Amino acid sequence: MTFGQATLEAMQFAMDEDPNVVVVGEDISWGGNFGQFRGLIDRYGPTRVVDMPISESLIVAMSVGASVSGLRVVASMSFVEFTLGAMDEIVNQAAKFRYMFGGQVSVPIVLRASDGIRGSSGAQHSSSLEGMFCNIPGIKVVAPSNGSDAKGLLRAAIADPDPVVYLEHKKITGQRGEVVDGDHIVPLGSARVAREGTDISIVTYSNMVNHALEAAIVLAEEGVSVEVVDLRSLVPVDIETVVVSAMKTGVVLAAHESWTVGGFGAELLAQIREAVHDQSQLRTYRLGARSAPIPFSPALEPAIVPGATDIVTEVRRILAP
Amino acid sequence: MMMTTRPIDGDTAGDLLRQMQTIRAFETRIESLFKDGELPGFVHSCAGQEAIAVGVCSRLTRSDYITSTHRGHGHAIAKGIALDAIFAELYGKEAGTCHGRGGSMHVADFSIGMLGANGIVGGGFGIAVGAAFTVRYQQRQDVAVCFFGDGAANKGTFHESLNFAGVHDLPVVFVCENNRYAQFTDASYTTAVTDISVRAASYGIKGESIDGNDLLAVIDSAERAIDRARAGGGPTLINMATYRHSGHFVGDAEEYRKRGDVQANREQNDPIARFIERVVADGLLTNADVATVQTTVDAQIDAAHAFAVAAPFPDPADAMSYVFTEGVKR
Repeated sequence: MTFGQATLEAMQFAMDEDPNVVVVGEDISWGGNFGQFRGLIDRYGPTRVVDMPISESLIVAMSVGASVSGLRVVASMSFVEFTLGAMDEIVNQAAKFRYMFGGQVSVPIVLRASDGIRGSSGAQHSSSLEGMFCNIPGIKVVAPSNGSDAKGLLRAAIADPDPVVYLEHKKITGQRGEVVDGDHIVPLGSARVAREGTDISIVTYSNMVNHALEAAIVLAEEGVSVEVVDLRSLVPVDIETVVVSAMKTGVVLAAHESWTVGGFGAELLAQIREAVHDQSQLRTYRLGARSAPIPFSPALEPAIVPGATDIVTEVRRILAP
Repeated sequence: MMMTTRPIDGDTAGDLLRQMQTIRAFETRIESLFKDGELPGFVHSCAGQEAIAVGVCSRLTRSDYITSTHRGHGHAIAKGIALDAIFAELYGKEAGTCHGRGGSMHVADFSIGMLGANGIVGGGFGIAVGAAFTVRYQQRQDVAVCFFGDGAANKGTFHESLNFAGVHDLPVVFVCENNRYAQFTDASYTTAVTDISVRAASYGIKGESIDGNDLLAVIDSAERAIDRARAGGGPTLINMATYRHSGHFVGDAEEYRKRGDVQANREQNDPIARFIERVVADGLLTNADVATVQTTVDAQIDAAHAFAVAAPFPDPADAMSYVFTEGVKR
């Protein structure tokens, strides 16, 4: 089954369990941009699966209003760039409601958004904006790398009492893979060691996990043992698992598709260093996109955003004698 | 605008007057405390606009919802917020409605459906629509009222929200407190058609325009809209003409308003004075009754003020409380 179908299963488990779970978004009765919502309308009907106007501010504000009055709302924001039209509602309302109202309410909403590099989607449909969301107190951020985690994390996100930004990578939404049968929950804040190794830890998330695993195979042939840590959720972040890996290999490469400058990798490396008492034996590096809008041309896109071959090159450089 | 002929009895008149006087006395005290440097932050007074909050909320039940604005004390009081708690919130005290995390612009009491004053102009539209969506989804009889100013009517959220409410005939009433100034700017500079209610036609919903400083007219209009919403008749957009006695915020130098205009409105268009004149002329209340209401209200404000001053501040060790729901991994 595909990553997208795995999320559909999670939606069904959540909606069957709790009649107050509703789904809103643009085009969702037609299945959504990547088919992640296909069939929900037939199963739950238009009162629970609500087609929304192209009004992103309203989609988020309405989700907030509905959630504080008794519902759990999963809102499809389509491409992650479209969340920017609702940033006021995400940052000033959803994220702040619980705190500024002194804990009177929780805001159980999930904002699903497709991000990442799919190949020539152009500057306004290729971004990865997780760093921006992680900077905002009051929202949780999830970025699965495979179908099983997509299912388990979405189930956890819908059950969570707080706002969750659920980032589903466009490149892998349609990809097939093994998915855990039946109901499946992956708690937020639990990283996964996707591949064990001893020479370097690549700490990453979303589709960059798959690039890192591909790079690890190439590097293994050169005698380099790569450990890959898949964060799965960025807020909360499982820094303990990351630090254990960092202490084991002594070398960390934080990798992501989003821009390096001000990106989540910088935050991650800082948190690792703060957690490690003796930093003399720890080397930390980061790999992300160069600071340019993502270009359309197939010749230019990989010159801005790193992939598996860039990880191989970077690891060779880091570990060069 | 027609004078209303709504019949009310003396008890109702006294209760409505008490509520308006409570808001006025609260705002007057807050303004004075703020000017004396007693209150932290900054505050926006709704003095002069009391008839709208009191009139609309008089038609609501405890479980109905309201969303409010940066100028939200009156809405909160009219919906039934505890005076002690709102006063303490303005002092940033632990006993405040939001345990001091919110302040003047974020007073809220979800237990009475008061979904928050909101510091973002136009922030309440979608939240009210969401609450109305829940009501419809759960097949309840409640309604949601969104209070907003004429300035907010020029936000995109106005259009997005009224359109969707119109599509689904949601039980929501949009109440524009049209005080003619968007922050410091007269509506003639910013708003092509200043009677906001005519926009209702764009969304296929009912619209009407009334004198928002005539309490009984407000009640009549609110009742029509709220009854219609409860009965499944969909949203209403009401333009209620009013006037701010104070500036945008307390301490605003108000160089953008003519002194004479402010004075004339205070003297001739004060919603409380107009209501008193009316009910005394109609024999519903005596001047002695009016004086008694004022004395009672002043004592309540004194007590709430004293409570707020004496209440302890939050413990700085708890500054991180409420970012996320407690007991969940973060």
